Amino acid sequence: MSGREHREGGDQAHGAAAPILVMRGVGKSFPGVVALENVDLDVAPGEVLGLIGENGAGKSTLIKILSGAHHADQGEVVVAGEKVDRPTPLDMIERGIAVIYQETMLAPHLSVAENMWLGRLPKTRTGLIDWPETRRRSLDVLARLGFNLDPKAITGTLSVAQRQMTEIAGALSRKARLVVLDEPSAVLGAAELDKLFEIIRRLSGVGVSFIYISHRLREVFEICSRVTVLRDGRVVGGGKTTELDHQDLVGLMVGRKIEDIYPARQRRPGAVALEAKGLSRGAALRDVGIAVRTGEILGICGLAGAGRSELLRALAGADRAEAASFTLLGGKRPSNPRQAIARGLCLLPEDRKSEGCFLPQDVAFNISIAGLSRIRRKGLLDRRVEDAAAMALIERLRIRTRSPAEKISQLSGGNQQKCLIARSLHAKCRVLLIDEPTRGVDVGAKREIYQLMAKLADEEGVAIIMVSSELPEILGLSDRILVMREGRVAANFDRGQASEEILMRAALGLDQRHVEGAAA
Amino acid sequence: MIDEKLERRQLAPNLTAFGITQLRRLGAMRASGLIWVLVIMCAVAAFVSDAFLNPFNLINVLRQVALFGIVSVGMTFVILTAGIDLSIGSIVAVVAVTAAMLLDASLPIPLVIVAGLAIGSVMGAVNGAGITLGGIPPFIMTLGTMVMGRGLAMTISDGHPIHFRAVADQFAWLGQGHLLGLPVPVWVFVIVAALAAGLLRFTAFGRNIYAVGSNPEAARLAGIDVKRTIFLVYLISGFLSGLTALIFISRLTVGEPVAGTGLELEAIAITVIGGTSLFGGEGRISGTILGAAIVAVLANILNLFGVSPFTQQIVKGAIIVAAVLFEIIRRRKNSVSKHG
Repeated sequence: MSGREHREGGDQAHGAAAPILVMRGVGKSFPGVVALENVDLDVAPGEVLGLIGENGAGKSTLIKILSGAHHADQGEVVVAGEKVDRPTPLDMIERGIAVIYQETMLAPHLSVAENMWLGRLPKTRTGLIDWPETRRRSLDVLARLGFNLDPKAITGTLSVAQRQMTEIAGALSRKARLVVLDEPSAVLGAAELDKLFEIIRRLSGVGVSFIYISHRLREVFEICSRVTVLRDGRVVGGGKTTELDHQDLVGLMVGRKIEDIYPARQRRPGAVALEAKGLSRGAALRDVGIAVRTGEILGICGLAGAGRSELLRALAGADRAEAASFTLLGGKRPSNPRQAIARGLCLLPEDRKSEGCFLPQDVAFNISIAGLSRIRRKGLLDRRVEDAAAMALIERLRIRTRSPAEKISQLSGGNQQKCLIARSLHAKCRVLLIDEPTRGVDVGAKREIYQLMAKLADEEGVAIIMVSSELPEILGLSDRILVMREGRVAANFDRGQASEEILMRAALGLDQRHVEGAAA
Repeated sequence: MIDEKLERRQLAPNLTAFGITQLRRLGAMRASGLIWVLVIMCAVAAFVSDAFLNPFNLINVLRQVALFGIVSVGMTFVILTAGIDLSIGSIVAVVAVTAAMLLDASLPIPLVIVAGLAIGSVMGAVNGAGITLGGIPPFIMTLGTMVMGRGLAMTISDGHPIHFRAVADQFAWLGQGHLLGLPVPVWVFVIVAALAAGLLRFTAFGRNIYAVGSNPEAARLAGIDVKRTIFLVYLISGFLSGLTALIFISRLTVGEPVAGTGLELEAIAITVIGGTSLFGGEGRISGTILGAAIVAVLANILNLFGVSPFTQQIVKGAIIVAAVLFEIIRRRKNSVSKHG
């Protein structure tokens, strides 16, 4: 509904200019998750549209539809007046849409010029590559863009900003009319970001459109003329940046009331379950001190790359790190994940598919694997004991599966996550380190995982350290919150003291004045 | 898709043991598919050639199954961890010539057997150490030991077959003897296969093999000693290669430096035809037994028809490609149904 209002707003704002991109009623589902639902979006020539939303709001899916990597299940996508149907990535490039990801897609051992013309390097009559012509054309494009880049420079040796410039130059040499920038600021420094903004302004002045994706509102207000907010796969609002303020956008992004989805907690922390001091690992972790009590949920937030996952991995013995002192459930430090599990600590990694699940195996296998001694009878593994143990956990955690013998790959993300929690419970772990507990999980299942985590802490005295990029999740579930920045603990809060603003400021290392100034 | 989800939710509360066995049976269906392939091949063979059902011929086929089957069991362990062992044939050659020399030097037979198995195991352990401690990809590591092993066998034997006439009769039982009407190697294979199947099914080590093959990083985080598991599968593969070498020289009463040439390729073919995934984590010993039987019966049929060994190679190669293609198509179908 709000999407429709938004469409009218867009049409008025850009009057006669035919839009470069129109999306109408676009929907996309994955097993167990509706990623996008009835999304309307349009971009006029020369416009810079901000696209914002929390993690999991559907931004990445939208980008993948624009790049041709995914196809919409519903609705239509019209590029420059022409409807596209199940396009390949090459189709979308040829129609003038270029997507530039955080991690650039350049071939690092090739030069700027080679990357710009990759797959269409100019040839001589004999069919060999025409190097002088390649260089001439590259210099031509770079000069037109005002980019100070050497076409012969090897891209792997360039700064992140220079690599993004190379990608933009490559895209525009293909006559790109819409450039999608996926969270460019996540990998750019302040000076580099200013440079990027200057480029965006100059190019939008000559009719190139941009979709600028970010969850940093300050940037969106600085560079975008219009903004669209996604939440849970839907367009929930937006408008001209001159008519909106910071609070409007936060309200739209967060949407629901926190108490609707997060369970009530009894705060009854017991003895210290895990305490580490002086944890260090190169530049990733610098002198980190952390402690968690039984029955307590400790939330850790911070920007990507702040050292959150590295901290969990170091605590679990998955990566090497120095520590001044370390106590786990009254015992000494585990030196690898095997010892950690044996002593009652289990890490549930961020990327479930590549580091957590055994996808070819069934649910019972995935649950029992970290505690095989518990399904052993007379020295041999007993399938019936295993199935019974798995069934008990399936019922207790309400895992939706047809049977313990179902392949875990058939389960939705939320149920896979529950299987991993079940695995650590089967192994009798008392300290759980959960990295992004609800990544790739839909809203309904998220709520169940929150309830489960609260129940484990409150009723069973499990100590939980949770890393999350979703601030509402951190605020809704944690007893204490620790903010990390550049490998250090930047701030410590009790449950009541923090808000999204306060946490974000601590994560960015900004003071109050700075944020308000940008929002105004 | 949505209907299926709803259905699953409704089913969830009343899970039954019946449902579990049903699903496990689904997993076993591929093995039963192989049984039908084998039955049909045997039926065709019996129909077109009177010689096929001749007991002597059948026992010959069984012996063939056993000889290729033992190393294929080792290969199955290796491939389940998503590895590969190209050195099997060369380990057979090294053990064959050294054991033959030891027999010729009149060492006690039990000692020679222990020495042969130990040499095979050590060579397997070298593979395992290179892969786990050195981080060398299994293909490269075992390619290296394959080439080195063949060279070693040639060096030790000076390129000549090594005879051990003095004790040939006493040592013949292992390769040529019979027990309850079946050749001894067949019994050896039965024992090896039964132990291997039990190991995979009923021990933590077996589970760890599947876990490591499915996802090594997840296995590490789940507390599995990934390196130890990988090291041991190569050691087992080397041990079984040593065992095969002893049967070879007992049967032929000679240790040849060219023994076992191409055996690793036979073992890979048998394992893959038997349904073990080259991507790791999926496969069963029962499949490998059927794979060995299918390959042996096929070779027998082609022999009975008088097809030249050259043509046989073409057929065998085509079947390996077809088996892997079948596996890939099956995977693609699975992933389509998951996202459909």
